[in-house]
Amino acid sequence: MRLPAKFAACILASSALAACATTDGADRSRTSSSAAAEIGTPYASTYRPYPGRPTALVGATVFDGTGGRIDNGTVLFREGKVVAVGDSSLSTEGYDRIDANGKFVTPGVIDIHSHLGNYPTPSVDAHSDGNEATSPTTPEVWAEHSVWPQDPGFSRALANGGVTSLQILPGSANLTGGRTVTLKNVAARTVQGMKFPGAPYGMKMACGENPKRVYGSRGRIPSTRMGNFAVNRQMWLDAKAYDGEKRDLGKETLKGVLDGDILVHNHCYRADEMALVMDMAEEMGYKVTAFHHAVEAYKIGDLLRENDVCSAIWADWYGFKMEAYDGILENAALLNQAGACVVIHSDDANGIQRLNQEAGKAQAAGRRMGMEISDGDVIGWITLNAAKAMGIADQTGSLETGKMADVVLWNGDPLSVYSRPEKVWIDGALMFDALDRKRRPVSDFELGQPGEGDVK
Amino acid sequence: MIKRTLLAAVAACAIAVPAAAQDFTITNATVATGDGSEPIENGHVVVRGGRVVSVGAGAPAAGGTAIDAEGRWVTPGLFATVTTLGLSDVGAVSESNDTQAGSSPFSAALDAAPAINPSSQHILVHRAAGVTRAASVTMPASSIFGGQGAIIDLGADPQAVVRPRAFQVVALGESGARLAGGSRTATHALLRNALREATRFGEDASIPGRASRAADVRTGDDLPIDPRMTGDDAARGDDVLLTRFDAAALVPVVRGEQPLYVSVERASDIRSVLALRSEFPGLDLVLVGASEGWLVANEIAASGVPVIADGLDDLPQSFEELGSTQSNIGRMVAAGVKVAINAAAMENPRNLNQYAGNLVALSRLPGASGLSWGQAFAAISSIPAEISGMGGRAGVLAPNAAGDVVIWDGDPLELGAMPVRVFIDGVEQPLDNHQSRLKERYRDLDESDLPKAYDW
Repeated sequence: MRLPAKFAACILASSALAACATTDGADRSRTSSSAAAEIGTPYASTYRPYPGRPTALVGATVFDGTGGRIDNGTVLFREGKVVAVGDSSLSTEGYDRIDANGKFVTPGVIDIHSHLGNYPTPSVDAHSDGNEATSPTTPEVWAEHSVWPQDPGFSRALANGGVTSLQILPGSANLTGGRTVTLKNVAARTVQGMKFPGAPYGMKMACGENPKRVYGSRGRIPSTRMGNFAVNRQMWLDAKAYDGEKRDLGKETLKGVLDGDILVHNHCYRADEMALVMDMAEEMGYKVTAFHHAVEAYKIGDLLRENDVCSAIWADWYGFKMEAYDGILENAALLNQAGACVVIHSDDANGIQRLNQEAGKAQAAGRRMGMEISDGDVIGWITLNAAKAMGIADQTGSLETGKMADVVLWNGDPLSVYSRPEKVWIDGALMFDALDRKRRPVSDFELGQPGEGDVK
Repeated sequence: MIKRTLLAAVAACAIAVPAAAQDFTITNATVATGDGSEPIENGHVVVRGGRVVSVGAGAPAAGGTAIDAEGRWVTPGLFATVTTLGLSDVGAVSESNDTQAGSSPFSAALDAAPAINPSSQHILVHRAAGVTRAASVTMPASSIFGGQGAIIDLGADPQAVVRPRAFQVVALGESGARLAGGSRTATHALLRNALREATRFGEDASIPGRASRAADVRTGDDLPIDPRMTGDDAARGDDVLLTRFDAAALVPVVRGEQPLYVSVERASDIRSVLALRSEFPGLDLVLVGASEGWLVANEIAASGVPVIADGLDDLPQSFEELGSTQSNIGRMVAAGVKVAINAAAMENPRNLNQYAGNLVALSRLPGASGLSWGQAFAAISSIPAEISGMGGRAGVLAPNAAGDVVIWDGDPLELGAMPVRVFIDGVEQPLDNHQSRLKERYRDLDESDLPKAYDW
């Protein structure tokens, strides 16, 4: 009986905010990646793909992440990369054949909004590392310095959710919360061992209730929504005046945003506030890549489309706070209808295990309203669209030749409640296998504890 | 647009007129009775005078309105326990939230019944999702006792409360220990003290008592009161930590006339709860949460104590849930425990069917323990009804049960399944609410004639 805790958790989690601003997918990603490489030299990724076998998944229904669907399809990968995706005529010579008849294949699921590692389980105070809630703007903090790689939640996201990449964000207590980090969902001893090579940084921002509540309750600015904007605008003006002569961590991050190298992920619920934020971005010369949570995005699908801003949303969260009062099940479908970018996110260590199910619920809501959205497009909400908004779409998010072999084999339709991941590959390496009890990660924390290595 | 809006308004008015129970016969349905059995193809349900009179295969010549289900699924309404439905409007808007009373001098005496608001949007939203009855209660906050829960129906009429003071809630484990003074030992001392005082109170009705926790002192803009005058110690001069009213409220608990719902997670805590009956033989116990129940499943089964279990918890959220796994319920059921899925351990109770569907999915996963479809549906219908004292009268389609009938747009455990028609006590229910109205208003974003505010 943990209702209060759940409410508290979602209020807290909702306080995390992210918004990113991509323009057009792959091209933008490449630019961002190269720029990020210069900025991102410190704490560089040490991740290297684990060994894999040349593998052919044969006979599956394939959703490639771009909206495409192939029945009785074949997916080939070797040396960490997708080699080919096609029909049954593809030759599988030289590959280990896996009979996937009756099963489904998708790209690895990507969560654009997670706090695994910086709000890990067990969720004790000593693990509360997601909000540097001591100043309303903290662009100087980096989420990766809070990530505990032993968070057992990573393994659940992999085994139950097929999640192969995820973005960890600072929380939403602050207007500007700091840098995000994008990870490969591979168990590692260090966070550097999880960092997604070449992924651009994001910067978390938050509007609305959380910052004004946190700081207003301490008798300081911001205590109102207008205070929120005043503090942010001044922050941007100061950043623009930064000459770079003396290193300043916060201004380096803000400069990265202004230069288009760091993507803004902006937690924002209300439609009117999102419209104001987009104007602030225009005023100050940056771009919002995605609004996160965005429960009212359906009210401004046209504006979001015109500004090329993604909405990273839940399927059905509503009513837990005032600014979530107008949440509706049809948010994703209405955005889709308006031609705006939809990403389904979790913001939750449990929800990340069921992003495919959340997408399925959002699809069903649209169908009831007369909006048929193809299964392939819906899978895109949790794969390629997330990758685009994270600036990694040139490397992952879809099953296309040359991309990372981040692949999930589902034991049934991933948009059915009755299906689960059977195997998950990351860069072509088999990192989870439901049929092999030892092929699942068990964090240090869980060794010698009740249920070590259990199916979870 | 306007024409459609007018039609919708007319329809809404028509539905809003209170209707009497109608006699009807549903045929050509896939009927799931809720009793744990597998669905009946081409089945029928006959409701007369607000009650079910016949259920089974084929199409009987029965009276009343004929409803052709066209092959759709027909089930009893979902029974949600434990919830706070009707006790809040917005979780984080404290003025609207009656789910906890942390500053009250009372705890066990709190009675949800007079606070239930049948017009709460949460009730409307959950009615539209197929939940027809629920157990609603305040959660422990001022003491380990949460108060007395009510069984409610979600019908569109003023009489929500079916059974007031149907059960008492107590928090043990980590949360109870914090409330009791900082240790599980304090919880057990407080619980035993309370139950003994209640026993004696039932005999001579003359115990002294004081507030279980000092009320908050509000000082407005003034200087705060010296903490030595407001600390917990200020109220600790008495032998009894409960008010007379609280102790009186526990009399039916010690006599076994009112079930005691014990919120507990850890295996050892579950054993301690089961052992309570050697001291207080009258207790009618129900375990709530029980994330490590699978570790003591045989002992729970032997005790005959039912469990309202968290459905999909699989993270070591706290040190009392180290062994949590999604297979918990499957394993307990296999051991012979009566298990309902806890509606409090999910984002909203309307996700009950999704959670039940996930337990079916587990039955297809090697090494995992799940439920059959019939068992899973029973865990959100007949079993919670039985635990709530409504066995045979709700949560089931059987002769004499309440005419709570839902016709679904698909497999009710599948993602996004929603009712197309809902009956409670034989009365067809309106399915409109704040969310459905928003959805219709924003079906398009056309404001060429008038602002959206005129579209209603």
